[in-house]
Amino acid sequence: MDYFAQQLINGIVLGSIYGLIAIGYTMVYGIVGMINFAHGDIFMIGGFIALITFLILVSIGLTTVPLILLIVLLVSMAITSLYGWTVERIAYRPLRHSFRLAPMLSAIGMSFVLMNFSQVSQGARVKPIPPVITGGYSLLESNGFVVRLSNAQIVVVLTTVVLLAIFTWLVSRTRLGRDMRACEQDQTMAALLGVDVDRTISMTFLIGAALAAVAGMMYLLYYGLVDFYMGFIAGIKAFTAAVLGGIGSLPGAMLGGLLIGLIETMWSAYFSVEYKDVAAFSILIVVLIFLPTGLLGRPEVEKV
Amino acid sequence: MKSVKLFGLAIGASLAFSTPAFAQDVTVAVAGPMTGGESAFGRQMKNGAEMAIKDLNAAGGVLGKKLALDVEDDACDPKQARSVAEKIASAKIPFVAGHYCSSSSIPASEAYADGNVLQITPASTNPLFTERKLWNVARVCGRDDQQGQVAGDFIAKNYKGKNIAILNDKTTYGKGLADETKKALNKAGVQEKMFESYNKGDKDFTAIVSRMKRENIDLVYVGGYHQESGLIVRQMRDQGMQTVLMAGDALADKEFASITGPAGEGTLFTFGPDPRNKPTAKSIVEKFRSENIDPEGYTLYTYAAFQVWSQAVKKAGTTDPKKVMDAIKAGSWDTVIGKLEFDAKGDIKQIDYVVYKWDAKGNYTEISPKGS
Repeated sequence: MDYFAQQLINGIVLGSIYGLIAIGYTMVYGIVGMINFAHGDIFMIGGFIALITFLILVSIGLTTVPLILLIVLLVSMAITSLYGWTVERIAYRPLRHSFRLAPMLSAIGMSFVLMNFSQVSQGARVKPIPPVITGGYSLLESNGFVVRLSNAQIVVVLTTVVLLAIFTWLVSRTRLGRDMRACEQDQTMAALLGVDVDRTISMTFLIGAALAAVAGMMYLLYYGLVDFYMGFIAGIKAFTAAVLGGIGSLPGAMLGGLLIGLIETMWSAYFSVEYKDVAAFSILIVVLIFLPTGLLGRPEVEKV
Repeated sequence: MKSVKLFGLAIGASLAFSTPAFAQDVTVAVAGPMTGGESAFGRQMKNGAEMAIKDLNAAGGVLGKKLALDVEDDACDPKQARSVAEKIASAKIPFVAGHYCSSSSIPASEAYADGNVLQITPASTNPLFTERKLWNVARVCGRDDQQGQVAGDFIAKNYKGKNIAILNDKTTYGKGLADETKKALNKAGVQEKMFESYNKGDKDFTAIVSRMKRENIDLVYVGGYHQESGLIVRQMRDQGMQTVLMAGDALADKEFASITGPAGEGTLFTFGPDPRNKPTAKSIVEKFRSENIDPEGYTLYTYAAFQVWSQAVKKAGTTDPKKVMDAIKAGSWDTVIGKLEFDAKGDIKQIDYVVYKWDAKGNYTEISPKGS
């Protein structure tokens, strides 16, 4: 039981990070109907910006950890969302009315551009930071096994929950959210009714990138390092999470992220570590066979 | 994924120090992971190679010609290593010091053999590298069967009756080293409690760490590279475990300590006797330090590989790889890491792995005197 609780904690933390990235995939797909393959790399950029901001703050002598984290979070979200906006502006918007595969190809191109940009500008090595959030709590103890919840894990999960709440409110209760849902249903109709479609789509990319920046920063804090190719694997896992949860659905993306994190962790905990990815992807396939639109996805209505 | 790496190769190649060689120059190469997770070691090799070339040229080059250096990046990827090897062979480069990862050195060595290139690896320790009896390979470092023996004996002696786990990353190097250590450990009468593998490049080891916590593991031996080992240490400490991690020569770079932070204290690894402390290395170590380079890990081994080659070229009177290799195996060479002699397979005859320990300040020191 204690062992299960420990693995549950491990899985939820990993799943939160996947979920934050997955939301970016799912939002963009919901509105524009394309897979933004550069999103994993936006996540990586977010991690790098968090790292740079962190190092600058430390070098000017700031020592209050919560303050540092808050500034790093805001700066990283702001700059990374500019990246997200720019990518949409130069690589996707000109191709919006082109054939379906065109924006997907330019997304793959953008992914390379971002990856190689940070490789060249930041160097090819891994960039570690010293542990920022240390310590933790011992929850349960029996037979010498102590369930440990580290402060870093608490920060990751709390930040995820709070930001998720803010963005859910944004999508369901604000003018912007209404515009986004309108564009999702029918762009032409939304435009006829006075919704600025271009602006709404830009905002979607901005929000997705901001959440990816949060994920990047959490990744940096939790694992203690970033590198220029970390966006590839994380992006694939998050994309899988988005598909598993039902692409286009916000709660679905978070649920999918948590599930992928939990499946990987539980599989490694009770079976063999080397097959954890096989396990995660096998479950994805099984789910898609029985629920082709994912767990929370709505079946697409063919428009006549 | 393949295209990602190819693109990286293109970028890497265009950025590499491909100084155009003058017609009368002899171009030699150093190949290793200049990018990616293992790039800390690629940098060690590049530093060692650049210093060696500078010193050799200052001493008049070889056979009256100056040397030029070509730096190639394999990103520790077997496919990329193979294409780097073919590139070097087609450029008619007679000698390469490389690679770092055994899984790169081995496939590359076949392309070098076909393309008439002599290969001395400063760092690849998998036995298979020399066991295939290729004419063109040699190494100036030890082998994993020797390294595993030292690690296994050390664990059996100091952790008798304790719980041992062995992990590996499924690479040629990692799996090979973990198997050799397990063999030595079992022979000494110690049975490990866990034997698991993970994927190289993983960042999240929390699940396997909790598993070790349940088994009350006292020491975990990792056949793998420094990034993953560092993350395992960090995540063990996060979960309140005091388990000691032990690994092989892949931990011989300060980058390990910057990944773990103070959590790395007490981590053990096996490596050759620190070449920086050898009397033969004193003046060269000072030269590196004056350029703000710490010649740690395989830096001096790479330097030594060039020394062996250049001395053998002088003796053979030609750069023809086959003749130079015959000379290498016949002679005995004074290098920065001591006097080296090679056997018929290309392994060096005198190896002595020792155990090192990381301290809280991020330095490592020998703890086990030679022969224990």
